[in-house]
Amino acid sequence: MANNVNSHPPLTVEHLSMRYHHKPVLTDVSFQIPEGKSIAIVGPNGAGKSTLLKGIMGLEKTIEGQVKFFGESLDKKRLSTAYVPQREEIDWDFPINVMDVVLMGRHGHLKLWQRPSEIDRQIAEQALKDLKMWNFRDRQISQLSGGQQQRVFLARALAQQANLYLMDEPFAGVDVATEKAIIELFNKLKDQGKTIVCVHHDLNTVGEYFDWIVFINARLVAAGPAEEVLTKENLNKTYGGRLSLLNDLTEEMYRTQLNKAHDTE
Amino acid sequence: MEAFTLLEPTSTWDTLLAFWRFEDMNVLWVLIGSILLGMSASVIGAFAFLRKRSLIGDALAHAALPGVMMAFLLFQTRDPLIMFLGAVTSSFIGFFLIDWLPKNTKIKPDAALAITLSFFFALGLMLLSFIQGMDVSNKSGLDKILFGQAAAMTQADIKLLAYVTITILITVALFFQKLRLIAFNRTYAKTIGMAVNFYELVLALLIVMSVVVGLQLVGVVLMAAVLLTPIAAARFWSNELNHILILSALLGAVSAIISTQVSYLAPAMPTGPWMVVSLSLLFILSLFFAPQKGLLKRHLEHKQLRQKVAEENILRTLYKLVERNQQDQQDFNQSDIQALRSVPTESLQKTLKTLCKKQLIESSARGFRLTKNGLELATQLTRRHRLWENYLNEQAELTPEQVHKQAERIEHILTDSQEQQLQAELTNADSDPHGNPIPRQTATSGGKR
Repeated sequence: MANNVNSHPPLTVEHLSMRYHHKPVLTDVSFQIPEGKSIAIVGPNGAGKSTLLKGIMGLEKTIEGQVKFFGESLDKKRLSTAYVPQREEIDWDFPINVMDVVLMGRHGHLKLWQRPSEIDRQIAEQALKDLKMWNFRDRQISQLSGGQQQRVFLARALAQQANLYLMDEPFAGVDVATEKAIIELFNKLKDQGKTIVCVHHDLNTVGEYFDWIVFINARLVAAGPAEEVLTKENLNKTYGGRLSLLNDLTEEMYRTQLNKAHDTE
Repeated sequence: MEAFTLLEPTSTWDTLLAFWRFEDMNVLWVLIGSILLGMSASVIGAFAFLRKRSLIGDALAHAALPGVMMAFLLFQTRDPLIMFLGAVTSSFIGFFLIDWLPKNTKIKPDAALAITLSFFFALGLMLLSFIQGMDVSNKSGLDKILFGQAAAMTQADIKLLAYVTITILITVALFFQKLRLIAFNRTYAKTIGMAVNFYELVLALLIVMSVVVGLQLVGVVLMAAVLLTPIAAARFWSNELNHILILSALLGAVSAIISTQVSYLAPAMPTGPWMVVSLSLLFILSLFFAPQKGLLKRHLEHKQLRQKVAEENILRTLYKLVERNQQDQQDFNQSDIQALRSVPTESLQKTLKTLCKKQLIESSARGFRLTKNGLELATQLTRRHRLWENYLNEQAELTPEQVHKQAERIEHILTDSQEQQLQAELTNADSDPHGNPIPRQTATSGGKR
């Protein structure tokens, strides 16, 4: 298996298209990312960044295309892949404490009726310590600040001990201490040869925090090492308005179900 | 049913005694059954509540009605198992309809719920009146499942009830962590490869089963309250989900005991409404008197805060009076204070009295003056007030006129560490935007009040 991991890229997206009802959100997105790097998915609001991540994780339906994790389907690589959802998706009033949230990261490894073992607890403890949240382990999640909540989520992903981490806006609305902690975590994970893919919204920090950038605006604009693709031209293409004709016609195609009427590829 | 003739009621008290002496074994069984139902319904209802699917129980209970009637029509029997299976079947059809409609049509979840609920209920009522017009034996009592009647339950009913509720409690205990994970973060559960659909089906089955076995006790119409009120009440008492579940099970059991008893004392009374009313009373008690989140506690806390702010404001005013005074005057009277800060006379007098009692100020014929402790506290408040003004002025670029009002509020809640952080971030920590000096921290002023 270990050899397998090395020979295949951690994530390959091929011809991925997604829609919301009939509205196209992403059209024919393909890219491949290298191992042991941090990758940012960047684009304007409504460009489909989070949707792309959800499509990759199989949380939302895709209409075309496929995604490979280390050359395999997601179901075969579940334990190697950790997902960090957006903070806003959660009811932070839910009656649960920090430790129990982090232990959730171990449930992918547990059978139907199994409860976390002592080893699982040690892993969760280490994850909390790595994010400097160990002192908060007994706190109710409702009593945490935004940055602390984010760190709990990252600790939970860390407890999964995955090789590929997919994160939806981990830097959104966090304090300076958390931002630092996340960067430290990234470096540590990269040193272990692990790969991090983040939806990121802050153009000021993208070059500094990430090795690689994937520019998205309803379609793939560019993907590659930050120093190569972080150009004025790519920024203009990504942020310079939508391709309205592409969107309109693709919507028309979905409405008429033209994509199913064709019998040739 | 014959067994109940033993309890010819002479007075309410005698009946109550007879009830608790369990002269009739059936009473004991019904009591145990209703306690089990109260517990299992509260526990499974908790998950519907936490997943914000509270109304699902209501819809499922209503959806069970036509199933019961159809089972009776088809098999002409009141066998509990047949009734149960009929109810489960139609409840499940209702469940799938509620699930299917929003996914495949333009109908939104709330509308799907309402449509399904009323359609099934209407269908059930139609069948019920049809049956009542028929010439068949043992149809009497079918209408009892609308509002529930504990006294009408048979041994066989209760056996089934016990099996089902115990199954529910064991299943929840077994899958507790997984069910909690799904309730907390469903998409995440999917990403770690959990069989979310399987667990949701289990959850649905458990809800359907507890609703269906509860029909005879609580009735179709009010079943939802038995699922939800206990958890809603228990939520006020704790933040730990396992404590909350245990507590709501207890609340469910208590209400079951009360309502079953009433049902025996006054056989004309339906059990369901009594159960719901007693649960609601427990809910109201929790709402007002829960130690952390109760309304009473919140009210008291707010009152305390108001009191604290009023006291601190007077201390600050006295500090400013001392500061502005040229002639080294230390004592000031009420009109001096009111000249600087508008406070209703009555509340000013009350606050001054409290401050005297706390020995933060002392009163004499010349007026009021700050004691050593009072001066320390007033200095600290003034310092925090002015540091915050400076911060807003320097970093947020607010004008001196804007900052005062903000600082009036913030001064009461700043902590020692925040104060130090402020001090460190300010380039000028010597005077505020109005030109007043920021008092230095005295040796002990950072400590306790």
